[in-house]
Amino acid sequence: MRSVVAALAGALFGLGLMLSGMTDTNRVQGWLDIFGAWDPTLAFVLGGAILPMAVAWRLTRATATPALGTAFPPPPEPKLGRNLVIGSTLFGAGWGLAGLCPGPAMASLAWGGWGGALFLLAMVAGMVATPPLRRRFSSLA
Amino acid sequence: MEIQYLYGLLGGLIIGAAGALYLLVNGRIMGASGILGSVVDGSAAGDDRTEKLAFIGGLVGAPALVALVFGANPTNLSSNIAVIVAAGLLVGIGTRIANGCTSGHGVCGISRLSLRGIVATVFYLLAGGISMVLFRHILGVI
Repeated sequence: MRSVVAALAGALFGLGLMLSGMTDTNRVQGWLDIFGAWDPTLAFVLGGAILPMAVAWRLTRATATPALGTAFPPPPEPKLGRNLVIGSTLFGAGWGLAGLCPGPAMASLAWGGWGGALFLLAMVAGMVATPPLRRRFSSLA
Repeated sequence: MEIQYLYGLLGGLIIGAAGALYLLVNGRIMGASGILGSVVDGSAAGDDRTEKLAFIGGLVGAPALVALVFGANPTNLSSNIAVIVAAGLLVGIGTRIANGCTSGHGVCGISRLSLRGIVATVFYLLAGGISMVLFRHILGVI
């Protein structure tokens, strides 16, 4: 049952990304390119997405457990840390370069052609390589 | 107001509704990079893995179905192989080091005023902007 809800959430997420224009790299790069023809669409997407989520977080305080789970996620970790900054910077650089982040890269797989598939493949390779890379770096530090 | 802004807002509300559903029913944070990353690096196992695979199935399948019936706007992705591979690697490695991307840190983090989510968003937006300046306006590769 949890998997059915997960599939439904994934489907809604994908349809939202598709409708909002986030699977169009021109729109994403248009938002990031403040020195070009700036496109504010992404602000509407982010704002629109934050609204229901803010209500949902508030509702988690009123109920003890999720409908099909044992516990809600713990409160956010207060510590920022170097990894958060380094990782987000690397991610942002790649996001700008191609105009795709992980959600839209998966959502547009069906019509993204060979380029979209190659991006997803490279992204997955990066994800698989990260845990061993992290161990390597922490052993050096 | 451009019609695209309205689509953006509507699409955003649907994205937020998806995250709200995942949180309130399954008790989980809807982060695309965490869900995919933990499946491909093997850190998700058993029922957890099944649930995440179902999420990915819906995320890939539903837009595919809509595209099949109604068509989809092109992704307009660069056709430069080096750009695609470098960007994919950066996004994959970066999101796993930072433990989140636009959905996890951006949508789910900011909506509960998580300092980590806000700081991550500031850094990936800044880096994205600098990336555009560097690769589009200075180097001219995109």
